[in-house]
Amino acid sequence: MNQAPNRSSVSLRGVEIAYGPVRVLDRLDLEVAQSEFLVLLGPSGCGKSTLLNAIAGLTEVDSGEIWIGGRNVTWEEPKDRGIAMVFQSYALYPRMSVRKNMSFGLEVSGMKRPDVQRRVTEAAAILQITELLDRKPSELSGGQRQRVAIGRALVRDAGVFLFDEPLSNLDAQLRAELRTEIKRLHARLGATMIFVTHDQIEALTLADRIAVMRDRRIQQLGTPHDVYMRPANKFVATFVGSPAMSFLSGHITEGRVFETSTLRLDLSGYAFTAPPSVGMPVDLGIRPEHVVLAPGEAAAIPARVELVEPMGSDLLAWTRIGEAALTVRLSAETPVAPGDILPLMFSTRRLNLFDAQGERL
Amino acid sequence: MVAAAKRLRIGSRLPAQIALAPALLIALVLYCGTTSWTVWISLTSSRMLPNSVFVGLRQYDVLANNDRWLASIANIATFGALFMTAALTIGFLLAAMIDQKVRAESLLRSVFLYPFSMSFIVTGLAWRWMLDPTLGFEKLLHDIGFADAHFDWIVRPDRVIYTLVIASVWHAAGLVMAIMLAGLRGVDREIWNAARVDGLPTWRIFVFIIIPMMRGSFATACVLLATSVVKLYDLSVAMTNGGPGIASEVPAKFVMDYLFERGNLALATAAATTMLITVVVVVAPWYHWQGRKARMAGIA
Ligand SMILES: Nc1ncnc2c1ncn2[C@@H]1O[C@H](COP(=O)(O)OP(=O)(O)OP(=O)(O)O)[C@@H](O)[C@H]1O
Ligand SMILES: [Mg+2]
Repeated sequence: MNQAPNRSSVSLRGVEIAYGPVRVLDRLDLEVAQSEFLVLLGPSGCGKSTLLNAIAGLTEVDSGEIWIGGRNVTWEEPKDRGIAMVFQSYALYPRMSVRKNMSFGLEVSGMKRPDVQRRVTEAAAILQITELLDRKPSELSGGQRQRVAIGRALVRDAGVFLFDEPLSNLDAQLRAELRTEIKRLHARLGATMIFVTHDQIEALTLADRIAVMRDRRIQQLGTPHDVYMRPANKFVATFVGSPAMSFLSGHITEGRVFETSTLRLDLSGYAFTAPPSVGMPVDLGIRPEHVVLAPGEAAAIPARVELVEPMGSDLLAWTRIGEAALTVRLSAETPVAPGDILPLMFSTRRLNLFDAQGERL
Repeated sequence: MVAAAKRLRIGSRLPAQIALAPALLIALVLYCGTTSWTVWISLTSSRMLPNSVFVGLRQYDVLANNDRWLASIANIATFGALFMTAALTIGFLLAAMIDQKVRAESLLRSVFLYPFSMSFIVTGLAWRWMLDPTLGFEKLLHDIGFADAHFDWIVRPDRVIYTLVIASVWHAAGLVMAIMLAGLRGVDREIWNAARVDGLPTWRIFVFIIIPMMRGSFATACVLLATSVVKLYDLSVAMTNGGPGIASEVPAKFVMDYLFERGNLALATAAATTMLITVVVVVAPWYHWQGRKARMAGIA
């Protein structure tokens, strides 16, 4: 396949979109590097599909510019943008065979028949759908259909692949399988991929960078590690991670100490983005796996276990410190039962502090 | 287990079947009774009043040599082909146009559907007036200065059938539009998006992707239109009364005329029976095919 335009950068500059009076995207800026795998993550209705459709040229932008591969494509047709797209509902042409589904666009664009054949054969081999080429979409399982849809995108030999929740109609096992497949495809093609999902596991496993969206905006743009370990605000902190981060409400006292009615915590190891003021109310966020059992430690904080959930490899203890709820992930062998008092310690480096507006401190 | 469940289901449906039985019986007796009576009369020599003198297929022989009947058949064939093609095409185009998110969608929908709410008699009279060279379009054109304009199809024997087509299409296009619009709305938005990303021009998307997906809508529309072709009667009566001469005679009108005005029961019923057989021959394979498709869908 033609190698030249295979890796395009994508850049959105001040893109705004509204459906009538409803604003969906607000002056949005986004830079996606060549060969990057970017995941757009966010709850339903936050504008992920709208953003993806804008990149594809399926939705017109009200203002702003879209650049793909160094070209301003804001007013170009989808077919001229050098993109390929995979949809949630597969969107296969139901009356055409798999082969025709993959070749039709190329044939219409005037490509020579042998070239079309070669591309279809190649893509089918990569996706292991060669035996399915003469079937109709209605004769395929969900996973096979989505493979065909990916194949149809693949033959376009585009520089940018857009995926709109391609796995969300599949069952858990197929989903995991196809997820790895897409990751492998990315490594093999080196094409730029933008992948929309509301599944944080997909986001964390696939992405080079994740853009977490809510309310017409990108809340945080960073590596999966960044987004997970240093969430930019309370929304990102709760949305990413399962089970969710626990929060303790308190305030800062003299000497960078976090204080609630039931506990005091020295924050000297915490990397503040700005110096905190004394007395300011803050929320302390703790991930379940960043809590350690510290029996015999004088500074340990006592937490009462309410519920224990074995998860196979480990177990979750739903506990309370005073009134505040705290989820703790422990190794599967830990002997805990509801009613136990656990002595807990937190590693200050891994804590997350949020101010009253929910922004990271 | 399965057998027990099956018995249970039949058992629970039994009261409903008993309750429906009288209605079913009456419908069956009336339907089959009248149909077989019609067929029987067509084999007799009945004139004004029914008699039971069996004459075999003689009436069908007469029918086959009756100019008026032959004209009716030719007319209905022309009419049916033109009307169905035009109504399907125009109805589909209207639906496709409305589906492209036009502003006054609900207004347009009502406007296009409005003719369908009128009876054929009213439709026929309205078009008779509009197409009348001394009253309607032609006069209008003359009045605004186009003195040479000619639109006198309704009084020309070789063109009059087309005026029936125009009026019927006007009447039925809205219904076809409604059916097609429902079908178009059933097409996933993402299919359109996929096709646009593939760079397919709109007409190709319609012809190769959307229309093949709308077989059901087309079948429904075809059946409805075909029944109105076979039943075509009141429009012809109101608009042209079969004329000029016998230029716009149609089979249903032939039956009615021979039944009531000309007092030839046997010939009328022979014509009716011929129509019935034609419909059965056309519809049965289609019905069979639909049934097989439904069974296959049931298995899948
Ligand atoms: N055609 C439309 N007309 C009006 N509003 C729309 C239209 N399409 C989307 N919206 C609105 O725009 C917002 C964003 O929609 P979008 O489809 O981009 O969300 P999403 O993040 O993809 O959600 P999901 O995860 O459910 O797919 C939603 O609030 C939706 O109600
Ligand atoms: Mg979406």
